[in-house]
Amino acid sequence: MHTPYLNRRLFVTATAATLATGLVSPLHAASLRPTKTMRGGSNNYRPNAPFVDKLGDGFIVSGRVVRAGDGAPLPKTRIQIWAATTIGGEREPRNHGSVLTRADGTYRLEMMQIVPNFGQPHAHLAYDDPAFKTVFLRPVMPSARDTSLTVDFVLAPA
Amino acid sequence: MTRGLRSLIWLAVLGAATLPVVIAAFSPYLAYRNPAYIVAGFAGILSLSLFLLQPLLAAGYLPGLRLPLARKLHRIIGAALLACLALHIGGLYLTSPPDTLDALLLVSPTPFSVYGVLATLGLIATILLVALRRRVRYGHWRLLHNALALFVVIATLIHALQIEGTMGPVSKWLLCGAVLIATATTLINERLLKPLRRN
Repeated sequence: MHTPYLNRRLFVTATAATLATGLVSPLHAASLRPTKTMRGGSNNYRPNAPFVDKLGDGFIVSGRVVRAGDGAPLPKTRIQIWAATTIGGEREPRNHGSVLTRADGTYRLEMMQIVPNFGQPHAHLAYDDPAFKTVFLRPVMPSARDTSLTVDFVLAPA
Repeated sequence: MTRGLRSLIWLAVLGAATLPVVIAAFSPYLAYRNPAYIVAGFAGILSLSLFLLQPLLAAGYLPGLRLPLARKLHRIIGAALLACLALHIGGLYLTSPPDTLDALLLVSPTPFSVYGVLATLGLIATILLVALRRRVRYGHWRLLHNALALFVVIATLIHALQIEGTMGPVSKWLLCGAVLIATATTLINERLLKPLRRN
């Protein structure tokens, strides 16, 4: 996938590189660019989706939210998630939920199985709060049979 | 042509046109969709099937069907394709207005949308050409209609093949192959081989 956001593999590589040098040099810090909003990312967005423990069973959306530049994890950051699933389309309110990141910047939401919608199996994620610049993502799943999706955010100060 | 061969041709053509629709009707995805989305999807699938019949009817290739009747069916199916297009776009709009507007405005993230829009424009141009049937010289009209038909068919095939939806992947590829072969064979035979033979 040629998506501009960071995935876990890239994150692990970057972390390993940082550890290998023994210090966080400005060179590495500069390489952590903010995640760009994707085309169609905000489609069917319902602002302020309610905070939920879970939206359903079987599909895990997870990832890590860090600050652009130094890569510091961002705790208590709201991520809003929605997708077309087995209980309805992207406009179905039961398919919309918000979660907060934990101390290490990670978040996780279990929902119903995401199904192809408008030709592609994909999810929508948003960071839309004052502290950082708004980011809307629309990651496409490599396979409609996938039961999880990892989406990381690198946020730039607003 | 023997009766057996005649039946076989009809069976192959009608089978190729209907089987993909039947297979799509059993897709598990249908249970997760609203009625407007289901109608929109099937309008698209049906169009793909009708594109298989159009060239065969226009050229009178279907055995036992006289050309005037075949041409009449060709016109009726042409109108049906326009209705399917309206249901397809209308149903998608009701399902997700932003996704449909993105597609129509050519800013959609999905690579197949642009081909859907191209096929739409080609079909609208075809309708306009049909309306001007008596005002354009038949020799020119025929070529324009053929060129537009080829354009619409190719755009539709690219559009359909990239979509992950209710159609079974194998039956979709087979139907798309059949549509391409029927369209290309008709055009090559009617506009290339027959005129050459006449000279």
